[in-house]
Amino acid sequence: MFSIPINQDNSPEAVLEILFKLKVKDVMTHPILTASPSDSLRHIQQIMKKNHITGIPIADAQSKLLGIVSMDDIVNALDNGWIEDQAGLHMTTNVIVLHESMSLSFCVSYFNKYSFGRFPVLDKESRVVGMVTASDVVSTLLIALNKEVERLEHTITPDHAADSAFPEAAQEERVVEFRTEPFNFEIAGQASTEIKKTLKAAGVETSITRRIGIASYELEINQVVHSEGGVMRYFISGEKLTIEAVDIGPGIPDLEKALTEGFSTATDRVRSLGFGAGMGLPNTKRVSDEFFIESSPGRGTTVRATFNLKGNPTA
Amino acid sequence: MKTSELSSFLGARCVQNAFTDRTIEGAYTTDLLSDAMGNAVDDGILITIQAHKNTVAVATLKDLCAIVICNDRPIPEDMIASARNEGIAIFVTGESQYVVSGKLYQKLNT
Repeated sequence: MFSIPINQDNSPEAVLEILFKLKVKDVMTHPILTASPSDSLRHIQQIMKKNHITGIPIADAQSKLLGIVSMDDIVNALDNGWIEDQAGLHMTTNVIVLHESMSLSFCVSYFNKYSFGRFPVLDKESRVVGMVTASDVVSTLLIALNKEVERLEHTITPDHAADSAFPEAAQEERVVEFRTEPFNFEIAGQASTEIKKTLKAAGVETSITRRIGIASYELEINQVVHSEGGVMRYFISGEKLTIEAVDIGPGIPDLEKALTEGFSTATDRVRSLGFGAGMGLPNTKRVSDEFFIESSPGRGTTVRATFNLKGNPTA
Repeated sequence: MKTSELSSFLGARCVQNAFTDRTIEGAYTTDLLSDAMGNAVDDGILITIQAHKNTVAVATLKDLCAIVICNDRPIPEDMIASARNEGIAIFVTGESQYVVSGKLYQKLNT
């Protein structure tokens, strides 16, 4: 029906970043009208007409989603003569929903996967809190892209000036950044394998790239398994590489325990995938030349692991 | 022992055969990926029942030659695809981790 023509595999970095950064709750229409299953379809059709909308979620008194009545359901009701019936009898009950904290990239793939024009959005307690239509997504994306283009225009011009004025200032530190998403095991490990390839190509000694790979992977998996999302940053200069893993929460209540081999708070599902052995942070600390961790409950965790790229391995 | 010899030595099926034939430096048996990350032998093989894409990520980071999946666990397509990308061999056998480790112990430690 409606597809959103964004290639999520090789669009420009800036576009992908926006797709990850924006959440469903940033694009959804909120608050929304809902109807109860005892309302008549006639009544619902009138609400839709009056408010110029094409679908209404049907929810119970606790805002729990029961179904949805769309334009199609109304047309069917008129055709079949049950427009005066209660919505609960004829609503569409097989509803695909989105979660308010999902990233926009997820939302876009849903629109392209299912031929629905809209998705109800649920919050943590599974209450209906909003609706997302394809046009919500497109207009929010356009605004975000405009802002980003403006920002890039501002940064590019002075940079060029600086480059030509101080060519020797190119003595650079490279920064590479990857995002992680909660429970997205599909992309877990990507950052680490990419970094390892980069270092290998740059001729860094195998024993060192291996240690960096281990630390990077453990920190990446930690974010996927335990955090509400985070960023992996790699600062590479000629001498050193620092991995900085920053997440947005929930933080570690007892750091000493978290650094103890065998201690883990991972769920059964995570364990069934082979993670949660309680060796992540201890492994990371063991292979790093310098190790720093800071965490506060409710805020988030930052880990910095530094490696000497010119030898002197400590492990 | 070389990667290419594993199949006949163990009587295991090779389900991903796009790999560089290397000398196997050792083996480690575990179903915990973090344990594999910490203790697997570099340039060795991993004996496990953990058949999914993340196992390949660990194998890549440890430069393993091959993954041996035991108990005939089904191998997902995306695991094979990502192993092919990284050039890591995958073998599948109906035998348990214990039996496979036992068979390889003598061979790899002498």
